[in-house]
Amino acid sequence: MRNRDFAFWMFLAPVLFALSLVVIIPLLSGVFYSFTDWNGLGFSTFVGLDHYLRLLNDGRFLSSLWFTIQFAFVTVIVLNLLGLGLALLVTRKLKSSNFMRTVFFMPNLIGGLILGFIWQFIFISVFSDLGQLLGVEALNGWLSTTTTGFWGLVILTSWQLAGYIMIIYIAYLQNIPNELIEASKMDGANAFQRFKSVTFPLVAPAFTVSMFLTLSTSFKIYDQNLSLTNGGPFNSTEMVAMNIVYTAFSSNQMAYGQAKAIIFFIFVAIIAVSQVYYNKKREVEM
Amino acid sequence: MKGEKKRLYLLEIFGLILALIWLSPFYLMIVNAFKTNREIFQDVLGLPSEATMENFVQAYHDLQFLGALFNSTLITTISIAVIIFFSAMAGYALSRNKSKLSNVILLVFVAAMLIPFQAVMITLTSLFGSVNMLNMGGLIFMYLGFGSSLAIFLYHGAMQGIPRSMDEAAIIDGANKFQTFWYIIFPLLKPISVTVAILNVIWIWNDFLLPSLVLSSSEATIPLQMFSFFGEYTRQWHLALAGLTIAIIPVIIFYMIAQKQIIDGVSEGAVK
Repeated sequence: MRNRDFAFWMFLAPVLFALSLVVIIPLLSGVFYSFTDWNGLGFSTFVGLDHYLRLLNDGRFLSSLWFTIQFAFVTVIVLNLLGLGLALLVTRKLKSSNFMRTVFFMPNLIGGLILGFIWQFIFISVFSDLGQLLGVEALNGWLSTTTTGFWGLVILTSWQLAGYIMIIYIAYLQNIPNELIEASKMDGANAFQRFKSVTFPLVAPAFTVSMFLTLSTSFKIYDQNLSLTNGGPFNSTEMVAMNIVYTAFSSNQMAYGQAKAIIFFIFVAIIAVSQVYYNKKREVEM
Repeated sequence: MKGEKKRLYLLEIFGLILALIWLSPFYLMIVNAFKTNREIFQDVLGLPSEATMENFVQAYHDLQFLGALFNSTLITTISIAVIIFFSAMAGYALSRNKSKLSNVILLVFVAAMLIPFQAVMITLTSLFGSVNMLNMGGLIFMYLGFGSSLAIFLYHGAMQGIPRSMDEAAIIDGANKFQTFWYIIFPLLKPISVTVAILNVIWIWNDFLLPSLVLSSSEATIPLQMFSFFGEYTRQWHLALAGLTIAIIPVIIFYMIAQKQIIDGVSEGAVK
């Protein structure tokens, strides 16, 4: 019996050790330091809730939070519509289905940082060229305003992640029994009716999964933000993740950055937990 | 029936056009990487008037590409090997030891997936800095910490499909716990190991923020080099685009070789 316990712990030791040093201890000490004047090396006094109260008056942080919420909201809708649309397209019996899957998924493999640089070129150079060619004023000066920066980030993220969401929807679409589709055809349902009454209810669980993923991913976006707009103009497209990195490492306010990070964590956790709750509730209904 | 065929045909054309639009950023990147900066401003959409490799040569050189490729490959390979080996062991132990404690440990690992990186990065870098572990070795250890959660979760799920009689037969043959794991169980987990490898390769290869906090410039990976390279060549699009093209070549080759496994692996990981 003792021998069995020993083996059990030996098998777990490396990952438990890594998880403790990399996640658990940093998180717990982070909570602690956020109540002090910690500077990265040590701290001299407890400041209580000072950092957290300061957050409430930090215009740059609040605007980054609001920008992130808007971004996440739009991105979740666009990504799910696009992902489901692509999945429906490539699961039809088309000759080039596999080619399309490969293409739509491709941006996922390339890092957000690199994709952001590529799109920076497209928005700045290609868009203004196209604008002149087509005489469309709106294509000029992309990324130089808050609005175009916002939509630039939405376009970049949607293009990058739609293929991933597509894969999730495909997995669920393929589980729909063919008999159901055939039966609905027999009953004379048209394509729209079939989608509404058969396909859509059966892929609803995929929606829950992908909504969770898209929501938490778009909340945590950093690389794309850094390489596409770098927060500009005037920090107006800076998202929370970037604001935290800036606070901690560029302006060297470790404890204050950590307090922001804790609030960010709570935000993400609330999203996750409410998703799970929503998920469970629906499972009961079904 | 004829109408159905025609509809599929139109759908096919629509899909192909969409695929071309999807690929257009890559087209624009590659064609302009061959132009001079002046030509990019004059005509951004067309093919280059004369293809020159000059941009690529300079970008390759300034990116210190070979070194970065080596660092990226080394970090990614070792991290993935470590994640697979230790997480498979943990998943095995947790699934064979059915106790409350096992469930709690599994739950802790799963819960850790919800913690955004920004919540731990400040204290993490300070902690590792204080013991001089802000280097490649430290980074690989961090990847084990961050990557083991999902891997353990996947391995634990896969273990449900491997009957206990496999373990018992090995024990009767005189194998110890580790031998049972290594010779009997681990090979059976190969499909999940492939999934874990693929999900992690995408993440670790492309990771920017963590390496930027941990690595010195001599250990820089491709994304890190790309970042400083791009900062240097703002508005010199011909060089910047040549650099970007070079940087994504390894990924494209990887995708071409392992296409099927990648798409299957991602759908495996996504649905669970």
